[in-house]
Amino acid sequence: MSNEIAILGAGMHPWGKWGHNFVQYGVAAAREALTDAGVPWRDVQFVSGGATMRCGYPGYVAGATFAQALGWQGAEVNTSYAACASGSQALAAARNKILAGECEVALVVGADTTPKGFLAPAKGYRPEDPDWVRFYLGITNPTYFALYARRRMDLYGDTLDDFAAVKVKNSRVGSKNPRARYRKCFTAEDVAASAMVADPLRLMDICATSDGGAALIVSSMEYARKIGKGDAPRVSAISTVTPTFASSVVEMPDIATDSAAADGIEAHAFRSTLPLKAYEEAGIGPEDVDLAEVYDLSTALELDWIEDLRLAPRGEAAALLRNGDTALGGKIPVNVSGGLACFGEAVPAQALAQICELTWQLRGQAGDRQVEGAKVGITANQGLFGHGSSVIISR
Amino acid sequence: MSEKPLAPAIEGWHTMAAKPHLIGTQCAACGTYFFPKQTLYCKNPGCDSTDFNEVELSRTGQVWSYTNACYQPPEPFVAPEPFEPYTIAGVQLEKEQMVVLGQVIKGVSVDDLKVGMTMELVLDALHETEDDIKVTWKWQPLAS
Repeated sequence: MSNEIAILGAGMHPWGKWGHNFVQYGVAAAREALTDAGVPWRDVQFVSGGATMRCGYPGYVAGATFAQALGWQGAEVNTSYAACASGSQALAAARNKILAGECEVALVVGADTTPKGFLAPAKGYRPEDPDWVRFYLGITNPTYFALYARRRMDLYGDTLDDFAAVKVKNSRVGSKNPRARYRKCFTAEDVAASAMVADPLRLMDICATSDGGAALIVSSMEYARKIGKGDAPRVSAISTVTPTFASSVVEMPDIATDSAAADGIEAHAFRSTLPLKAYEEAGIGPEDVDLAEVYDLSTALELDWIEDLRLAPRGEAAALLRNGDTALGGKIPVNVSGGLACFGEAVPAQALAQICELTWQLRGQAGDRQVEGAKVGITANQGLFGHGSSVIISR
Repeated sequence: MSEKPLAPAIEGWHTMAAKPHLIGTQCAACGTYFFPKQTLYCKNPGCDSTDFNEVELSRTGQVWSYTNACYQPPEPFVAPEPFEPYTIAGVQLEKEQMVVLGQVIKGVSVDDLKVGMTMELVLDALHETEDDIKVTWKWQPLAS
């Protein structure tokens, strides 16, 4: 298809918690991606960075920061901020540049270093700031994930055992991923023994924040063929659609949903609308997908995503899980990288890390984690402020 | 509880009556409700009105979901010593077609709640200052 681009290289700095400057993680990931692609740095014509909001000015201009760190060579730069979807939006910018014929090969890179504990809002009396309001009233990030999880229990009959089984599944496969931060094989007993944070979610149901960096080298199909990589995995679709008014799900940091009281307005769940454009753009359906990397900020959220991606009818993701269908070797493996459960979240790198995993899987290079015969993979993530993305990679 | 006067934790977001209401706005053109109040622009993509009326929202609704807070949140939350976990619910308001979050009154645990249960809005202490007791809206199972 004419709107596809090739993924020539993928690279990641391992995830962890060191507190080093984010630039070094991004540079390590970029160098690995360049080596993997066999593309000299000087041939890269466009650097598209995912921004980080936690590292001062260099983070706001991440594209330029990474280009300078790798050595100025005249490439044009871009920086994208789209919360958890920053990496996908940076990839979309590179794709646009390539499809417009303005560049042949681009580097897409994101990296972050993260603080410990809650991300607390600015102080004072600031009721105009929804983030201030919800913390003042005692509503934290886990509150939202727990509300979604509890709704699954009451509506679909999901259980604490199901949520723990997601953690056990992801930790088992993540233990085989040298780039993952948490590589211990946890048991259901370990999950049950961890502290309750926001009922029904325990500490081990909720993902941590991590340091990390991920990068891709992407090019026109013509360039890929020219260097003998015409069969490289391709980006077949990128969806970065915003929500449609009115929201049916209370989203962080809001205290309420939109009202759907006006004539002609229906309530929509943002997560479930995200993959629609991706499927349409790729010209495929959920039945064509071999594996998925989804944003498991909590164990229960992985089950929501499976239904949002239409890999299972609404309310039936737990049945897939219990059947082993979402595990490595199952019908539709989900999060064979180990997911956020094993990585923790490094915001501007995470959407790219999902694509790195799909790239290795589609090349058959995932080793112990390999999904046999994988041809099509999909990613999904959602972050703050109406940002989210779903990317389809094919080979 | 002390003899201090009651004051809203956030000024103008709810009435102080015995049967309190949240105070929102409604777009005069399309009828969309807003909480917190919206007075400048309508967020309905099919409406460009800038005309809003202040309205009291329904004070009962159905549980959309619920959870609790087992760990002390950071500031600006003001925690009692020692910290006591509390329950939280999102409640769907029928007329307004929206879900509003809030704490659930003390003594009600997640084991007492279920999606679809009817709840009503009450006022309860959020924290004390030197001068007054700051109250806010909380949800309470409706006595049948």
